[in-house]
Amino acid sequence: MSAHAIGESTGVENRKLGMWFFLSSEFLFFGALITNYMLFKGRDLPAGVPTPFGIYDIPFTSFSSFVLLMSSLTMVLAHHALHEGDQRGTRTWLLTTAGLGLTFLAGQFFEFSEFYLKGAGLSVAPVWSSFFVLTGFHGAHVFIGVLMLLILFSTSVRNGELSEAHGLNVELVGLYWHFVDIIWIVIFTVVYLIP
Amino acid sequence: MATTAIPPQEDSAPSAPTTIFRRPSSTEGFWGWVTTTDHKKIGIMYGYTAFVFFIIGGIEALLIRVQLAVPDNSFLSAAEYNAAFTMHATIMVFLFVMPMAAAFFNYLLPLMIGARDVAFPRMNAVSYWIFLFGAIFVSSSFLFGTSGAPVGGNLPGGAEWASRLGSAPNGGWFGYAPNSLDQFSTGTAMDYWSIGLQVVGIASLISAVNFISTILNLRAKGMKLLRMPVFVWMTFVVAFLLLFSLPIIAVALFMVTFDRNFGTLFFDATGGGDPVLWQHLFWLFGHPEVYILILPSMGLVSEVLPTFSRKPLFGYAAVVFAGAAIAFLGFGVWAHHMFASGITPVAQAAFGLATMTIAVPTGIKIFNWLGTMWGGKIRFTTPMLFAIGFVSLFVIGGLSGVTHSVVPSDWQQTDTYYIVGHFHYVLFGGAVFGLFAGLYYYFPMLTGKMFSERLGKLHFWLMFIGMNLTFGPMHWLGLQGMPRRTWVWVEEQGLGFWNAVVTAGAFTIALSVLIFMINWMVSRRRGDDAGFDPWDARTLEWMLPLPVPVYNWAKIPEVRRLDEFWHRKYTEDEDGRAVRREDYDAVVAQLEEEGRNPTEEIELPDPSYFPFLVGLGIMILAYGVVYLDRGFGLPLVVIGLLTMVGSFVGWSVEPLEEHHGDHDGHGHDDGGGDVVETEVVETS
Repeated sequence: MSAHAIGESTGVENRKLGMWFFLSSEFLFFGALITNYMLFKGRDLPAGVPTPFGIYDIPFTSFSSFVLLMSSLTMVLAHHALHEGDQRGTRTWLLTTAGLGLTFLAGQFFEFSEFYLKGAGLSVAPVWSSFFVLTGFHGAHVFIGVLMLLILFSTSVRNGELSEAHGLNVELVGLYWHFVDIIWIVIFTVVYLIP
Repeated sequence: MATTAIPPQEDSAPSAPTTIFRRPSSTEGFWGWVTTTDHKKIGIMYGYTAFVFFIIGGIEALLIRVQLAVPDNSFLSAAEYNAAFTMHATIMVFLFVMPMAAAFFNYLLPLMIGARDVAFPRMNAVSYWIFLFGAIFVSSSFLFGTSGAPVGGNLPGGAEWASRLGSAPNGGWFGYAPNSLDQFSTGTAMDYWSIGLQVVGIASLISAVNFISTILNLRAKGMKLLRMPVFVWMTFVVAFLLLFSLPIIAVALFMVTFDRNFGTLFFDATGGGDPVLWQHLFWLFGHPEVYILILPSMGLVSEVLPTFSRKPLFGYAAVVFAGAAIAFLGFGVWAHHMFASGITPVAQAAFGLATMTIAVPTGIKIFNWLGTMWGGKIRFTTPMLFAIGFVSLFVIGGLSGVTHSVVPSDWQQTDTYYIVGHFHYVLFGGAVFGLFAGLYYYFPMLTGKMFSERLGKLHFWLMFIGMNLTFGPMHWLGLQGMPRRTWVWVEEQGLGFWNAVVTAGAFTIALSVLIFMINWMVSRRRGDDAGFDPWDARTLEWMLPLPVPVYNWAKIPEVRRLDEFWHRKYTEDEDGRAVRREDYDAVVAQLEEEGRNPTEEIELPDPSYFPFLVGLGIMILAYGVVYLDRGFGLPLVVIGLLTMVGSFVGWSVEPLEEHHGDHDGHGHDDGGGDVVETEVVETS
């Protein structure tokens, strides 16, 4: 078919290529947000405002980080199951991934309210502004990922299966999901662990 | 079967698939434009939209010049003047030069690499609609904005009209904090600015991803990277600049929006924030942005000069790599906009040196363009004149730019009219002249007609003279100490003569633009028939019949060399001179004949409503965010989000398998849905 002559000079599917370049842009987005936090974290705080390291609950955040990391594993399992033609397995793992993502978000919600009760907030100091904006944008990315996973899941339920063309969507959502995880590893290390 | 077999002479009219999500079926009329996914139509819409904003931005420039024509003028109030220069720059940068470049990218890219569309046609439409609605949103600040500035003014037409002008964003296109924050810029004007630029930025980001994928993936057979026209290379480089600089301004704009509306303290010095951080973030985007504005014009000029010199581009690879080098270095020089902001001497020295190195790749380009013209058989057509104008004026702007890299000299020039003179030489003499070269050069391709050379040349000379009268004297005014962004000057400053000249020059430019518009409107209907290959051009896109058929290529061409078209027409004699091939006439006749009569099935992306709706949703959302503190803000946010999300869901649940069949490789299946194919089949 002649149309194929002009498709994919690189051999990488268009959408996958587009997703990679989009994600490369996203790295700079989070890079700038993380830099903001780094810039402000050493500065003096007004009286009564807690320092981030004063109220971080590292064991708790480690656990929710672990949950998010595991969701990358289940994402790979979903993709693998689809590759093997195991539609039921795909559905299961997609839903598990979305569930783990939601668990992470619930953890973040809990963490935010804890911090708020201890005197942190958007408007108390620049370091807290940058903390909440950074982790908030990350949470929004996780939420969008969950939505995409649920759309894939519902498509699978409605059609009884995910076709080969949809398989690429699973891969794309997977790429996005792994990206969100990798960014979290950076955030967890740089923001929570390194004093 | 979701595809329709129709003869190629008609515009494609695909039948709607049997689903609740009917795709629009009209490709003509108003809805044809709203729902189109054809890169050529999208390019044309980008072009006309950008030109409308060129006029609006130009009117603001004239208001500024009327105000500054005489000392102690009271034509504009200070507030109106602030809004005029802010919106002049914002509109010219974000709503004219960038989208006009996008118009060329859209229209030319697939033609130049031998493709039938971009990689993601619907995403392409999305970026246009997001841009348009974002632009409307920014401009609507004239109608709905409040700047907290003193009401009233001296413009004819009454105080209400005058205060409307003063109610637009007024913090400069650079939006320096803390001036842009809510304690100094009360009202909604700067919210319109920060949120509007965010929206327009999303549009550019989407098209950057689209163009990179298109260039990498949709090249015709044999179109290797180093056989691509220089304009395609510059598109590629600009797309990367956008990809890596837009996320930074996105973060900065989010931060200023949050500071203004949600009480964060990023730039608020009284709360411990850091106003200089804004400058770093803004210029970390803003300097690459300068190259985003100029590189498309460099690409266009690199197409025009070889054609009208009848010589290949001198040092093709050097021009390409110099473009990439400019882009790369462009990320390392941002602080030369901040020499007066108190950064350390070491930083000043480092950024000064880095700035000087940019002169090297730029110089390479200049000399390559001169080398292209050297010894060529030059035809002084209108596009060629604009291209030569580009090279000469850009050199002047480049040289005055080098003076800024010397830090002590820059301290003297900071915030004076010298800076204004400098960047208008590179942005008007450079970017705008290059865009006009491109507009004239590709006019026959758009319309199938020729423009009036006489009017075109009149336009060029008036604009060339007007431009030098306007921006040349600004250098002396600046060196005499006339400050930027100040709405009056006093007679004792002795600036009267040159300010009068500058204003006269500005109106000369306005007159030349009027001539351009007349030429364009008349010639596109009544111009001479352009025929085939009117410029005796060199690159792939001119192998198409004019105006270009909806499917672009009846048969995807195979590329064997750089300047493929030229080598199909010409060969060299013993002395290395170009001579027509013996079968020249046959080659040309065959190309035209075959281009109009496809013999194979052609798949084209179907129109879609969703891109338009996504853009509309984003605009509603943006209004909602501005007015969150009022009762109707939240409902608008909800409606906007629902429209957006609904459109994306509608997009992604459009039928997939049943229409997908065996065409899976064409690559316009972006964003989870699929495009129902239209097959154009030869019937004769």
